[in-house]
Amino acid sequence: MIVGERKPLAEIAAMLKPYEKVCILGCGTCVTVCLSGGEKEAAETAAALSLLWQKEGKKGEIKTGTVLRQCEYEYIADYAARLEEFDAVLSLACGVGVQAMTAKLPEKIVLPGLNTQFMGYPVTQGVWKENCLGCGNCVLDLTLGICPITRCSKSMLNGPCGGSQNGKCEVSKEVECAWHLIYDRLVKMDMLDRMEAVQPPKDWSTSHHGSVRTMVREDVRVETSQ
Amino acid sequence: MKPASNLQKMLESGHFAVSGELGPPKSADISTLKHHAHDMRNHVDAYNITDNQTAIVRTSSIGVAATLMQMGLEPTVQMTVRDRNRICLQSDLLGAVSFGVRNFLCLQGDHAKFGNEPGSKNVNDLDSMQWIQAVKNMQDEGVFIGGEKLEHPLPSLFIGAVANPFADPFEYRPYRLAKKIAAGAQFVQTQCIFDLDRFEKWMEKVRELGLHKKVHIVGGVTPIKSIGAARYMQNNVSGMIVPEELITRIKGAQDKKQEGIKVAVETIQRLREIEGVAGVHVMAIAWEEVVPEIVERAGLYPRPSLA
Repeated sequence: MIVGERKPLAEIAAMLKPYEKVCILGCGTCVTVCLSGGEKEAAETAAALSLLWQKEGKKGEIKTGTVLRQCEYEYIADYAARLEEFDAVLSLACGVGVQAMTAKLPEKIVLPGLNTQFMGYPVTQGVWKENCLGCGNCVLDLTLGICPITRCSKSMLNGPCGGSQNGKCEVSKEVECAWHLIYDRLVKMDMLDRMEAVQPPKDWSTSHHGSVRTMVREDVRVETSQ
Repeated sequence: MKPASNLQKMLESGHFAVSGELGPPKSADISTLKHHAHDMRNHVDAYNITDNQTAIVRTSSIGVAATLMQMGLEPTVQMTVRDRNRICLQSDLLGAVSFGVRNFLCLQGDHAKFGNEPGSKNVNDLDSMQWIQAVKNMQDEGVFIGGEKLEHPLPSLFIGAVANPFADPFEYRPYRLAKKIAAGAQFVQTQCIFDLDRFEKWMEKVRELGLHKKVHIVGGVTPIKSIGAARYMQNNVSGMIVPEELITRIKGAQDKKQEGIKVAVETIQRLREIEGVAGVHVMAIAWEEVVPEIVERAGLYPRPSLA
């Protein structure tokens, strides 16, 4: 899922300073699951912001709502009429949602209420970890399900650097050395020979480094008027 | 094939090599560095010039190498993959070769978070292994990474890598060295050796794999200047092991600096006894002036003169 974290209230308040009628809009998918931008968090943010406005003597109106997926035009279109009355929308979706909203509703000011963190998963309640960079050329077959591009702090493809100690990355004792994990797994599966060949330089053109990516699938493509 | 450099000549002729290390300053004034280089010129066969060591912005390794060449001294240019993509790495290598540099040490580089620009992007377009192989391919095949041919062949280079016997997984470390040799490393310098027992265990496996016959292994030696410096290396420098006994020994000595030098000399003497160790790389960080004394007391002076 896409993991996000709500921006600090002070930053949100500063962003919304010019606006008096604001909708705080949750998103019903990833950020709901990671407890940062769903219906509940929209209500919490609205309550906190109202209190702050009261303290500051700011007059205004804050309402909340939720779009099931702010990253899909159909869901935005269904909701659009309800946003007409507002000066600004504080979207609690990820960056994808904020931009899809902007593209679909170009006359609206849509502001980001979250910092989009990464693609990852919850390892336990309240802890999320990054595990995919979306590099466009998956190597998880080679490393048996542990991504060195994402989880090695140096995105190395040929084994652990000299900073790996006691299973931890040099960057922090909180960060596992991905190559130590890969090594242990390959040993266990008796597949250590996978680390022998020198892996050639990665072609980063399939990643964001190759410029903004668009995927087209002609087999399912239907032209729609936006 | 004719050796590419004095360092290669020294190692290939079977002499126990000695290299020094120069850390460029956080300014463009390299006068102190030049003094250090000059003062140890009769005691070392070549000088490593660090590449923004521990991710701290300093005068570039290649810039300093140019000055060293003018002084008639032999640099080993360190090149990390942390700060440059493959375009810049290859271009900088050509630039350094163009004014006579032949020794290159290819390494990954500490993460930028350790340095004075912790918010910078870590490039890591290549990893150290791929960079070693790229240099070898540029030299042997005359091709860039992307496949295009160089307009003229390169002269012979002496390609170096690093190895850290003190990193984990320990059992994998000799195999990582084997991989670096397969990629093209001709000499390898190790992380600073304080835990000789662990180093010897690593060397045992290295010999078992026959790697010492395929690559010149140069042991890293750092004299401990103070307890503070030892603690710093123990706690803050990635991939180091500084045994507590060593710190206790220096703590107990009346003249701590002399004891630090003594330990370095003893380390070199023990390294000379280990089959497969071809030389030492003395990294006297911020204590360059003791290098001549250490080299002399270790019995490695005068340096053999090779025609």
